[in-house]
Amino acid sequence: MSSEIRFTDFKSDKQPTWCPGCGDFGTMNGMMKALANTGNDPDNTFVVAGIGCSGKIGTYMHSYALHGVHGRALPVGAGVKLANPDLEVMVAGGDGDGYSIGAGHFVHAVRRNVDMTYVVMDNRIYGLTKGQASPTSREDFETSTTPDGPQQPPVNPMALALASGATFIAQSFSTDAQRHAEIVQKAIEHDGFGFVNVFSPCVTFNDVDTYDYFRDSLVDLAEEGHDPTDYDAAKDAILDADKEFQGVVWQNEESVPYGEKHGVTENMSDVDEGAPEGAMDLVREFY
Amino acid sequence: MPADFNWAIGGEAGDGIDSTGKIFAQALSRAGRHVFTSKDFASRIRGGYTAYKVRTAVDPVQSVVDRLDVLIALTPRTIEENLDELHEGSVIIYDGERTTMEDVEIPEGMIGLEVPLKRLAEEAGGAIMRNVVALGAACEVAEFPIENLDSALEKRFGSKGQQLVDNNKEAARKGQDYVGDEYDHDFDYDLETTDEDYVLLNGDEAIGMGAIAAGCKFYAGYPITPATDVMEYLTGRIQNFGGHVVQAEDELSAINLALGAARAGARSMTATSGPGIDLMTETFGLVATSETPLVICDVMRSGPSTGMPTKQEQGDLDMLLYGGHGEIPRFVLAPTTISECFWKTVEAFNLAEKYQTPVYLTADLSLAVTEQTFSPEEFDMDEVEIDRGKVVDDDTISEWQNEKGQFQPHALTDDGVSPRAFPGTGEGAHMSTGLEHDELGRRTEDTEMRIEQVDKRNRKVETARNEEDWSPREFGDPDSDNLVISWGSNEGAMVEAIDLLEEDGVDVRFLSIPYMFPRFDLNEAFENADEVVVVECNATGQFADVVEHDTLTRVKRVNKYNGVRFKADELAEDIKQTLEA
Ligand SMILES: Cc1ncc(C[n+]2csc(CCOP(=O)(O)OP(=O)(O)O)c2C)c(N)n1
Ligand code: SF4
Ligand SMILES: [Mg+2]
Repeated sequence: MSSEIRFTDFKSDKQPTWCPGCGDFGTMNGMMKALANTGNDPDNTFVVAGIGCSGKIGTYMHSYALHGVHGRALPVGAGVKLANPDLEVMVAGGDGDGYSIGAGHFVHAVRRNVDMTYVVMDNRIYGLTKGQASPTSREDFETSTTPDGPQQPPVNPMALALASGATFIAQSFSTDAQRHAEIVQKAIEHDGFGFVNVFSPCVTFNDVDTYDYFRDSLVDLAEEGHDPTDYDAAKDAILDADKEFQGVVWQNEESVPYGEKHGVTENMSDVDEGAPEGAMDLVREFY
Repeated sequence: MPADFNWAIGGEAGDGIDSTGKIFAQALSRAGRHVFTSKDFASRIRGGYTAYKVRTAVDPVQSVVDRLDVLIALTPRTIEENLDELHEGSVIIYDGERTTMEDVEIPEGMIGLEVPLKRLAEEAGGAIMRNVVALGAACEVAEFPIENLDSALEKRFGSKGQQLVDNNKEAARKGQDYVGDEYDHDFDYDLETTDEDYVLLNGDEAIGMGAIAAGCKFYAGYPITPATDVMEYLTGRIQNFGGHVVQAEDELSAINLALGAARAGARSMTATSGPGIDLMTETFGLVATSETPLVICDVMRSGPSTGMPTKQEQGDLDMLLYGGHGEIPRFVLAPTTISECFWKTVEAFNLAEKYQTPVYLTADLSLAVTEQTFSPEEFDMDEVEIDRGKVVDDDTISEWQNEKGQFQPHALTDDGVSPRAFPGTGEGAHMSTGLEHDELGRRTEDTEMRIEQVDKRNRKVETARNEEDWSPREFGDPDSDNLVISWGSNEGAMVEAIDLLEEDGVDVRFLSIPYMFPRFDLNEAFENADEVVVVECNATGQFADVVEHDTLTRVKRVNKYNGVRFKADELAEDIKQTLEA
């Protein structure tokens, strides 16, 4: 079946209401391509979407999906994957969803290393609520709620991931369609938690982190000869505050995903018609 | 000599009180005696004091009473704390060689048995066994065959090697012999044994076992007293049945993990206590609007805020009935006994899946941490029925597709229940969301669809109200003019209180209510009653309010909120006074 699957099969018949030119279009297209390229189809794919402009992706893609509570998409994704390891699970949300209200879950999802993919559509702004500072906004970025800028350093999500024991860290740019799809594909193929921070510019509320800005500043790690299995090189790239890059920055090839470590391999949706065999032994334990 | 025997061991946290008490309870259970244990009592002085009480009889026991026959006191304070319950002839076993116990005064009329617990334990192989020496002494006092204690020691220490078991048996015998040799006294107790086989378990364990019996394969939770036992029970057992337990980073995550597993088709649950329900309330509405079957267990403890984390209270009812923004359909079950903790858990999973609606299952602390004996037949696994509701598969899914071939997870139906397709089902891909949505699960703000979806979700509860059995459990005199109503763990004390009231010439009809929502219609029962008393462990009478709302009738209230469960004798007195008032 997989050979017949085209990326457009992952598109729903609902027309996106994102602003024309929004980075989220490209991010979504790349995700759909990567899913199709890895042999998935909508009926074995589960997308969990956060809340935000980015979170609308659950509606615009065609797959099994849940559009949940702001900031809690990652635990939902882990629950889906552990309950049915046959599914391809992809979690997508915004920078506010993932690094602010959901930051705690991000750290622990990284540590847990469930075999799934996490795509953050990072526009360095709160889009849906119409333009407030996000945790990745620049220190001097003026918004309606931060007239002088947040005056706090932006969070470095990749450093947060690395410090939490990440096994796969990458970054891409939504408008570089080919590279973006390639990078997401690598994250899907990774055995463990594949994390991709995607620059997905907000054309309506962010006039500094624009397409032009990223086009001018972005370097491609692959072209620089970066070795993603070299931890120190990864650390240097991630901690270099002046460097905007795309590519896979870190991949631990020894990664063993949570499910494998804990022997969680069966589809849990099968339930016996009565109490499971051997249940009476549980009662006898209390003698 | 009373038919029941009341025993306790008390000391400081870290004295091994719980595990010693549990061994004695186990010994009694293995001897074919009924047992009821308790740990949920308040200190009259300050924190740090802990005790484990065991009430035992040949007939079933289901409550604590205000009486103590034998007390093992590891500290002087243990005696002070129990002065009200000790009586003339009560035996106090203590180690007079322990410096803190040297000058201890045994209250007038009571029998102090000085047993060198530590010294005898050392002789048997180690001071750590001093509590077991005390257990041996207690066996002698109560004329309880020590072989039963051996059996419990084997269960407790068997996995750690025969030597340890033998040492403990030796320690117990030293205690037994010491009392036999030093005290020439007939203590007037004679703990008969029977050939009955009983199991001894607490409410948390019953909930965990019920979950496995019901086919629950996914549990996510964050540790919190007094719900942690559910998680600890499932860990190490659920994987033998194809399941898994995840320790989440917090309760926000726990409920979302459980929700994800349920979306994937697993029978899934989480358990917590009040502070965790506060956090889970964030996601509760999503569970309901996405029509995901989920069992959320609240083992109530005393609040608000951190309150008294190891004390009894039934203070979360309002939150479970009404918590969350917007109007959220739900079921709220509150088992009234430990064995019912098992059966209501099974029922919770069936309700959740049949009606694709979240179920709150609430036990109060007293049920959760109390151990009680039951005949194993009360947990007959052959009686467990599983109903997964309207699940469609590759063959039947087409019945629920629209003209474009799209699956409709929120299809409008007469009974309100829509079809459910587990991910992986061919042609079933669909989304669901916390946003108001149409039949396809897509966001809508269409005024008519909004009304239709709200009505549909509420209709599921109405369907359940008509199709399921929401009857209360009934005790006492069905024709009495005095109606007593309670919920949760109060049932045990109230059932025993009925007998005590009868001795006092007061008859009552008692309805023990296990379903908080939907509720049994009490109007007929009210019409046949002159007086109605609602009994609960909270200050404001949350259930009494609900009952008044349902019946448009004022009720009398008996409330207890000092952190201690009702005791049968105390409750009988309270009911009598309230009826007279
Ligand atoms: C508990 C809660 N608080 C606040 C909101 C309002 N809210 C919706 S989306 C959002 C932030 C969105 O920012 P981001 O995650 O970066 O997504 P974007 O819109 O930029 O894609 C906020 C604050 C909410 N939905 N829920
Ligand atoms: S507001 Fe920004 S993020 Fe939201 S859709 Fe428009 S461009 Fe995209
Ligand atoms: Mg954003």
